[in-house]
Amino acid sequence: MYVAVKGGERAIANAHKLLAEERRGDPSVPELSVEQIASQLTIAVHRVMAEGSLYDPELAALAVKQARGDLIEAIFLLRAYRTTLPRLAYSLPLETGRMTVRRRISSTFKDVPGGQILGPTFDYTHRLLDFSLAATNGAAPAAEPGPADPPAAVPGVVDILDRQGLIEASAPADPERPIGDLTREPLNLPAERDLRLQNLARGDEGFLLSLAYSTQRGYGGSHPFVGELRVGEAAVEIEPPELGFPIEIGEITLTECQMVNQFKGSKSEPPQFTRGYGLVFGHCERKAMSMALVDRALRGRELGEEPNAPARDEEFVLMHSDNIQASGFTEHLKLPHHVDFQAELEQIRKMRRRAEEPSE
Amino acid sequence: MTNPAERVTNPAERVTNPGYNYAYLDEQTKRMVRRALLKAVAVPGYQVPFASREMPLPYGWGTGGIQVTASVIGPDDTLKVIDQGADDTTNAVSIRQFFARVAGVRTTERTAEATLIQTRHRVPETPLREGQILVYQVPLPEPLRKLEPRETETRRMHALSEYGLMSVKLYEDVTRHGRIATSYDYPVMVEERYVMAPSPTPKFDNPKMHRSPALQLFGAGREKRIYAVPPYTRVRSLDFDDYPFEVQEFDTPCALCGSSGVYLDEIITDDQGGKMFVCSDTDFCAQRVAAAGDSQGARDPQGAGGLQ
Ligand SMILES: [Zn+2]
Repeated sequence: MYVAVKGGERAIANAHKLLAEERRGDPSVPELSVEQIASQLTIAVHRVMAEGSLYDPELAALAVKQARGDLIEAIFLLRAYRTTLPRLAYSLPLETGRMTVRRRISSTFKDVPGGQILGPTFDYTHRLLDFSLAATNGAAPAAEPGPADPPAAVPGVVDILDRQGLIEASAPADPERPIGDLTREPLNLPAERDLRLQNLARGDEGFLLSLAYSTQRGYGGSHPFVGELRVGEAAVEIEPPELGFPIEIGEITLTECQMVNQFKGSKSEPPQFTRGYGLVFGHCERKAMSMALVDRALRGRELGEEPNAPARDEEFVLMHSDNIQASGFTEHLKLPHHVDFQAELEQIRKMRRRAEEPSE
Repeated sequence: MTNPAERVTNPAERVTNPGYNYAYLDEQTKRMVRRALLKAVAVPGYQVPFASREMPLPYGWGTGGIQVTASVIGPDDTLKVIDQGADDTTNAVSIRQFFARVAGVRTTERTAEATLIQTRHRVPETPLREGQILVYQVPLPEPLRKLEPRETETRRMHALSEYGLMSVKLYEDVTRHGRIATSYDYPVMVEERYVMAPSPTPKFDNPKMHRSPALQLFGAGREKRIYAVPPYTRVRSLDFDDYPFEVQEFDTPCALCGSSGVYLDEIITDDQGGKMFVCSDTDFCAQRVAAAGDSQGARDPQGAGGLQ
């Protein structure tokens, strides 16, 4: 007669077993390997690394497998692992101008030094289901090899505008002011651009995409152009104090977006183009572009723009961008709330009794 | 943390997980949390920002309470975890298992035996004593949040003790409903300085916070805030002279142990409107039943045989 939402340990253990069974799926179908996920579902793995704030394709692939393809769950697994890792060193700033570019486009100039490189992109594919992929027999047709010696360094398109003084100068790093770290200090508002960019870099792709979209539809208009979007590999360097010179510790895949935005000028600034910046682990163009648009929208304080749209509202954007926080709190409504509900139930019954009493 | 005289000889397994640091958090993180706790104890009711970590449990499921517990727990502690007043609700079981695994700590369901109690949504009915620590899981630490969504604004309001907005809200309740229509997470004034959210406990539990001999710590993981009510601190529920604060009263006693003056859960027993009221605090109820000499027969206040 007394059936409550209780039942503890056995129920949980059984639920975990059922979950493992569902994860494995039909046992007559071969099990997915982490290598297969890492090499064939690369964009899923990259998103998990980007929003999980941890560059490790193998662990990200493992997380995708463990999460049954639920990418936010996989991001959560990676974040919870990341938080236990010691901080061994800080890397030097990445030189994205020296990255090995596999894809690089600019919408602001027809041709640019270093050339437009289309690379591996869904753009211009016709979105027709390719039924030949349903059969698992095929090697993909080999792509034509590129030039024997690709340019070692491809200069950023935005730097060309920069040299002509048509785009705002990017502020030099201030050696006196350490770069913030929102994984080690609580985010205090208002936040400077370093912390805002960190927040956006690990922010939810869907949330940033919708915010970026809203700026194009008039909620904080930003009149953007893709100055440059590039995907490739950049070297990560650290400078151990005992050595006194930088050493390369590896290479990571990155997507970088420099968005160029119109700006009519203000009392202190002449009319010029302004910058929005996006940098994301892996090949995540949609995320890098969204990040760049939202970064620009959040620069209102500095550029004298009203915080009159959601994407321009720093507190709104930064406090709601993290999908691990958002999904945790939204899904916590699944936990029992019967004590609060009981309190509300009593309250409503009392109010109704009062309303039904004849007034004197 | 623990007075050796209060140790319980519970043969709980003391297995720690070799892959992680004791109590999961690394020592640097624990020190950071402890610094925030010390500040919180020094300024009762003030929300101290802290660099909350991602935990292996989701935000909103007790990550703040877990970080506080992990930072103060030691091998000699005895831990009790409750959710909705009960030790065997699924999330309480999950958190208790977590600490049994990563801290190898003794666990108990008995309030009197625990040195450390982590709770969601209730204060135990059994009065707490000196030396005990009650850790609250807090979803929304800011009592002014529903009135003012901006953190930058609410921090300013606390700094200036600008609590007029809260009085206006409560007064509007009175004019509209003839009473203050807040039934849980009912705002309190701590040491006549900071308005504080007691976490979503029913207002029934507010008086238990006042001058409690136990140390009360509050952790909000997602919102990255820690606050505290040190032992014997004044905690006053906000009200008006002509509309004084009052707690919920139930018309019937507990159907299992016969207690009155305790907080009850309403249990729906059939689809014909049948219902019964039983203690929300399962440990308290079980102790009362045992003391009465098991006169309740087969009725099991722990609800075993519930969710499978
Ligand atoms: Zn009872």
